[in-house]
Amino acid sequence: MAVPSPSASASVAPPVAAPPAPVPAPATGDVVMEVRGLTKTYGSGETTVHALRGVDLEVRRREFVAIMGPSGSGKSTLMNLLGCLDVPTAGVYKLAGEDVARLSRDRLAEVRNRTLGFVFQNYNLLPRTSALENVQLPLLYAGVGRRELKARATEALGRVGLASRMDHRPNQLSGGQQQRVAIARALVNRPAVILADEATGNLDTRTSLEIIALFQELAAGEDGMTIVFVTHEPDVAAFCSRVVVVRDGRIVSDQQQPPASAAAALAALPPEEAS
Amino acid sequence: MNIFRTIMVALTALMRTKTRSILTMLGVIIGVGAVIAMVSIGEGAKARVAAQFEAMGTSTLIVSGGSNQAGGARGGAGSRLTLTWEDLEAIKGLPEVGAAAPQLRGNAQVVSETSNWQTQINASTPDWFIVRSWKVVAGEQFTAADVAGARKVAVIGKTVATNLFGDEDPVGATIRIDRTPFTVVGVLEAKGTSAFGSDNDDVVLVPTKTYLSKLSGGNARYLSGQIMVMAASPTQTTAALASISELLRNRHKIRPGADDDFTVRDLTSVAKAQAESAGTITSLLAGVALVSLLVGGIGIMNIMLVSVTERTREIGLRMAVGAKPGSVRLQFLVEAMVLSLVGGLVGIGAGLGAGHYMAASFGFPLPVNPSIVVLAVGVSAAVGIGFGLYPAHRASRMDPITALRHE
Repeated sequence: MAVPSPSASASVAPPVAAPPAPVPAPATGDVVMEVRGLTKTYGSGETTVHALRGVDLEVRRREFVAIMGPSGSGKSTLMNLLGCLDVPTAGVYKLAGEDVARLSRDRLAEVRNRTLGFVFQNYNLLPRTSALENVQLPLLYAGVGRRELKARATEALGRVGLASRMDHRPNQLSGGQQQRVAIARALVNRPAVILADEATGNLDTRTSLEIIALFQELAAGEDGMTIVFVTHEPDVAAFCSRVVVVRDGRIVSDQQQPPASAAAALAALPPEEAS
Repeated sequence: MNIFRTIMVALTALMRTKTRSILTMLGVIIGVGAVIAMVSIGEGAKARVAAQFEAMGTSTLIVSGGSNQAGGARGGAGSRLTLTWEDLEAIKGLPEVGAAAPQLRGNAQVVSETSNWQTQINASTPDWFIVRSWKVVAGEQFTAADVAGARKVAVIGKTVATNLFGDEDPVGATIRIDRTPFTVVGVLEAKGTSAFGSDNDDVVLVPTKTYLSKLSGGNARYLSGQIMVMAASPTQTTAALASISELLRNRHKIRPGADDDFTVRDLTSVAKAQAESAGTITSLLAGVALVSLLVGGIGIMNIMLVSVTERTREIGLRMAVGAKPGSVRLQFLVEAMVLSLVGGLVGIGAGLGAGHYMAASFGFPLPVNPSIVVLAVGVSAAVGIGFGLYPAHRASRMDPITALRHE
């Protein structure tokens, strides 16, 4: 069974209107992320902050996981640890079979480059730089040759439907288009996992649905990518195949669910909102 | 990420903020330009001093007569006639002496058929051409026979030739010096301005005997001028000076302890002193210019620090997508180096241009010293590394999480 039991008793009801019992879903693939007893504390002595108090989590290939929780729940800390941007105080973290909990900064950078793709709320595109060059960025640090660099970046932009806007700069693109460029940048190095941090937080409903539909495609498609989507919007979580709720540094709820289709939701929108 | 790609990334980043990059470079451009211009001009001044003494003959000694003392007021060197024609012959006989020639001086109005000109009249012997290492470019030198026969022949300087004859060939023409007709037999090579600012080429040279009989009226025993001496070799200049002093003291029967009744001056030491003072000024100018280069470097550091702060999120993003701390450090270091090196190269161009312009207006030669160009490039690269290191280090030490959240 892929669903780990919460490490502590869930005394607080999960904020999401979810079925009380976990929906048994077939395992979607091999384990990509395996977390055991992950702990993170900041500071020491009396000022110690326990951001994570022992988290167990297993994420499989093709899963589209929503991580939810109020601010201060440890959600961001978990995201940072899963994203290899930070190292845990204790615990085990295996990413694509490799134990990454104790790696040096340089080795972590390599892991991020090879195995992870990031999508941020504020897109984080380089200003005054074309979409193509933005997408090429991870490949630069992967040491990809010049010709392949362009071919792969072009392909990734094609995947997100921006083949015709390769030479546009961020300020010449709409918010949704900028986020698509960011997604192309995240998937250009063919990572195992894409980590999205409030990726639809700055977008209107329609554009959000478009972005979520894109993520659903990536998880369901040939690549079989794993998407970890940190969000505080229950609307967004409904489109995920699994919802993990974090509170006070612990996972208090972890449920599989049949995801709603973002494409269908998009089609159901009133036509006058069409962009 | 290889170094070539890092340079491309750095260049792209600099191109995104063109105005700022150019203004930052301006500091280095001015600094390097100032160093190059100042050093080149200093070298030019030195070279000019050297050329002026070269024109005079570097291993030259000048022997003048004693000073005139009347009632406590002492005249200058040569104001009292103490040197004799025999002294000249005796000096010529010294082993350390290569050549010696008298030089008598006067001023006269020189008249050609079409023009006239007030100039300096020098009287000497053919040895003079050797001692002063001064060639005749048109016509001939006068000869020992001309001197012995007191023939009315003259060799004229370039300035005199131009003023009296314009573009015409003066050789063979007749000029009148104080109403005495002389035949121009040769024209001296142009030597330009002397170390003391006078025009070397504004001169007419006539044989001593002719001068004494026709122009000045002289003294058969005493030499009413100076003796120009060339040492047998440049290394023997000091030895020659000592020998001449000893010889003249003996010949003039000066008791030990008594003052000389003559003066021997060494032009080499004057040349050295002048070159040294030019060198000191060069160092001083270069020092001031280096300070401006330093200020340019601090400007680079300042801008790089602003840039690192401003691009915090970019740094966080680069790290998130796989940039190692070392790659980030290298990128910012390369940016600083590109600013200083490009600034340095433009600065060299600007410095040489300014140096050329100033040299032309001062009438200096402008020797481009390759070592100073290499030095300027090296210094500007060092400025880039030195002042880029700290900002680059700060960039590489950023925590990607904090950097990504930076507003």
